[in-house]
Amino acid sequence: MKAFRYHRPADVAEAVALLDAEPAAAYLAGGTNLVDLMKLGVQRPELLVDVTGLPLDTVEVLPGGGLRIGATVRNSDLAADPVIRREHPLLSRALLAGASGQLRNLATTAGNLLQRTRCVYFQDTGKACNKREPGTGCAARHGQNRDLAILGWSELCVATHPSDLAVALVALDAVVEAHDPGGAREIPVAELHRTPGEHPERETSLPRGALITAVRVPPLPFARRCTYLKARDRASFAFAVGSVAAALDLDGDTVRDVRLAYGAVAHRPWRAYRAEEALRGRPFTAELAAQAADAELAAARPLPHNGFKVPLIRNLTVRALTTLAGTAPR
Amino acid sequence: MRESAKPTEDGWSSTVTLTVNGTGHNLTLDNRTTLLDALRERLALTGSKKGCDHGQCGSCTVLLDGRRVKSCLILAVTLDGRTVVTVEGLADPTGLSPLQAAFVAHDAFQCGYCTPGQLCSARGMLDEVARGWPSAVTGDLTAPVELTDAEVRERMSGNLCRCAAYPNIVAAIRDAAAAR
Repeated sequence: MKAFRYHRPADVAEAVALLDAEPAAAYLAGGTNLVDLMKLGVQRPELLVDVTGLPLDTVEVLPGGGLRIGATVRNSDLAADPVIRREHPLLSRALLAGASGQLRNLATTAGNLLQRTRCVYFQDTGKACNKREPGTGCAARHGQNRDLAILGWSELCVATHPSDLAVALVALDAVVEAHDPGGAREIPVAELHRTPGEHPERETSLPRGALITAVRVPPLPFARRCTYLKARDRASFAFAVGSVAAALDLDGDTVRDVRLAYGAVAHRPWRAYRAEEALRGRPFTAELAAQAADAELAAARPLPHNGFKVPLIRNLTVRALTTLAGTAPR
Repeated sequence: MRESAKPTEDGWSSTVTLTVNGTGHNLTLDNRTTLLDALRERLALTGSKKGCDHGQCGSCTVLLDGRRVKSCLILAVTLDGRTVVTVEGLADPTGLSPLQAAFVAHDAFQCGYCTPGQLCSARGMLDEVARGWPSAVTGDLTAPVELTDAEVRERMSGNLCRCAAYPNIVAAIRDAAAAR
């Protein structure tokens, strides 16, 4: 690991100023991903700015029923929060589907959103990776790409975003609050992560040095009718091979409204707008759910080893929605 | 705001005050030192094991301010003023804790390498259950938790046992939970 200096800023302004002043500085929160990447030599910060002492660790119920989740709220505290469990169970479900008890006790809300891909080529400094080192090529494109993207990838990068929480937040229209040297800003979580395009090294739309301070979740009347389905290679403590976050609002058997997002299929959590559009206003059936998934997945371009993800996501979509509609085959 | 570690003159090291198993320590450490390495290499507490050193195996699990964490992923410099309990601090003054005794009674290990992490993780996990925290296999997120085999397995999934002593680990933890 490269040597680094360590500082605990007194407030958000000092933290942002430190990052602004030092190009090789990085924010440290739970550290469950960053410390590991530092051991692997993938990240080599020269100054760590530890933000866990900042007063960003509360969950606040907003007037009107929305939530403001502090950036440093630990994943375990957020998943167990009584209001989250009752009013926004999709967040608890997504969080509890990820990592292990020990990791959730450390990992934070913003850290979870900003975690890096688990593409094995990104994590191996002996392999070509345009994300880690722009211009070196992508060893994954023609390598072992079973776990990687089917949507929105480019020839330069086929990595996926590994977060479960981010998929739920995208489905719920959450908004990130951030501070950077230019002041405060807000970004919908759906626009926080980028597709790789020509610049896979740019993973988010945040300006350099920005510090996420909170995530705001707007009220959603049917948020309790939700599910998070995660397919993975073992029963627990594994990243998704594919996941679906869904919330459904039926008027009789007509789809009044729906939220649908996919995980582990792209460089960002994938909001399934086309599928939602295909569902809204129509009488719900399992066939409609399948057609909606097909509408979203028409844009899929599977890699040589991950063609199975297309029917996987289709089947997860049907299972999630039919379960929520109470029409799942028994 | 919490206390902050004091940097040394060159900035690459820091002086940290830590309480480990009830004893205070003042340590000057290279900033790169993980909690696991500080425990093993500086305090000679070798109960916590370095299995994978990447947060995947759980053999380095300790309790930080009462919560189970993986000590291989925590930089010691971040812990000024904090309290750590390792497997060496789990026993009661009079002998093994009920959880440790249950591991012995159920033969919940073979080689024993993962056991310190399993014990610390189980202690932290049982406290989480006592606080009513749900898990991925909890049916109703708002109902009290019933600690079934499936719940124990899910909640202990961050601790690997290559000898596969899992059935006996589950039995030991359920026994210790019932005796609480």
